[in-house]
Amino acid sequence: MSSVDMYLLSGVAVFAVCAYALVVHAHLIRKVIAINMMGSGVFVLLTAIARRGDETDPVPHAMVLTGIVVAVSATAFALAVVRKLHEATGHAYLPEEGEDAPPDGGGG
Amino acid sequence: MSFAGLVLDGLLALSLPVLAWRALSARDLYRAVILFITFGVILALAWARLGAPDIALAEAAIGAGITGALLLNTVGGLSRKNDKDDERPDEPTDRVGRPWRTRLAVTVPVTILAGGLAWAVLSFPAPVVDMPSLVGEAVAEGEVSHPVTAVLLDYRSYDTFLEIGVLLLAALCVWSLGLSAVRSTAPEAVSGSPVLAGFVRLLAPAMVVSGVYLLWAGTSQPGGAFQAGAVLGALGVVMVLTGLLVPSLGRGGVVRAGLALGFAVFLLVGVVSMLATGGFLAYPEGFEYGLILAIEFFLTFSIALTLTALFTTVPPREKGGGA
Repeated sequence: MSSVDMYLLSGVAVFAVCAYALVVHAHLIRKVIAINMMGSGVFVLLTAIARRGDETDPVPHAMVLTGIVVAVSATAFALAVVRKLHEATGHAYLPEEGEDAPPDGGGG
Repeated sequence: MSFAGLVLDGLLALSLPVLAWRALSARDLYRAVILFITFGVILALAWARLGAPDIALAEAAIGAGITGALLLNTVGGLSRKNDKDDERPDEPTDRVGRPWRTRLAVTVPVTILAGGLAWAVLSFPAPVVDMPSLVGEAVAEGEVSHPVTAVLLDYRSYDTFLEIGVLLLAALCVWSLGLSAVRSTAPEAVSGSPVLAGFVRLLAPAMVVSGVYLLWAGTSQPGGAFQAGAVLGALGVVMVLTGLLVPSLGRGGVVRAGLALGFAVFLLVGVVSMLATGGFLAYPEGFEYGLILAIEFFLTFSIALTLTALFTTVPPREKGGGA
């Protein structure tokens, strides 16, 4: 197995682990971390794909660079929404099925 | 070398999913964030190994650095509010447990997904178009010699233009939530500490120099506006944390103008080049290098300011400013 293959599989594994955690964990900060890391898994995949040929392909690199900046923007906004929700309801997670809904969940 | 390299690649590739797993299943949220930052640093190493120094720099500065600081800030904000609240003493740990049936019901599709993806990525067909040499030819025609910068700012500059738009939009959305600044736990003891102030005084010039170097190097070597902006943004975060900068960053009008500057200059160059050559962001002959450098200069400034604003989350005041 070449090192590019290892990184391809690593990207897939990161994506899968984070997809599992995204569904299973209730705390919203964990969900935000999971989404951010899922993105990183995709970036690893893209960079490894760029490395397959004899030469490195700069187009996926530019896409990943753009992706990292978009990811930090989205993460910052998501965290601000989590803080707003926490201010409004006192919880950092969304109401579960069968659980009493917080008094006013409409923050953010 | 090749065997040692293969072992190193194997270790890095293996540690990424393990770290992701450890970060997401850590009991304490602070620990989760620290593991997230570790993940980012290992990821940067993996990218350096994959021959992508530009991404490695961006990941180390933005992915691990700025995102880690954002997460720590949020976790700190949530747990501190809980300290006042006696009913919930020690959240940041989450407490919604899942029964094993739910976990199993999630594990099965995720395993199938992972298996399918692994099969797909290992059986990729060989590329039909030889992209690297096509890009190489296009870069050779242009005036910027570093391929990644050429892709970002020369012949895919529209993407980069929209990207700075996303950053600006994120800052506006965060401001519109009207959050208050997260207070430092020990403002007097930490912010007033002469060691910290002295350290920042030593650090700041080095960070400014590395930021400007990254910006300048970007046209011919790894580096560029985003890496430079991230380093300067990190400096902004450090300055806010030590109290050298107020969380609202200054007078409202000035901060807003600063945030919009990169986007505005990019748009202006796009429109002017459209009038001159007929294509949006199709730089006229001979002006390419200068225009790209000018765009990158203003982008760096706006990116640094936006990242700092995303960290503080405090909208600037309309009148008088926070100074």
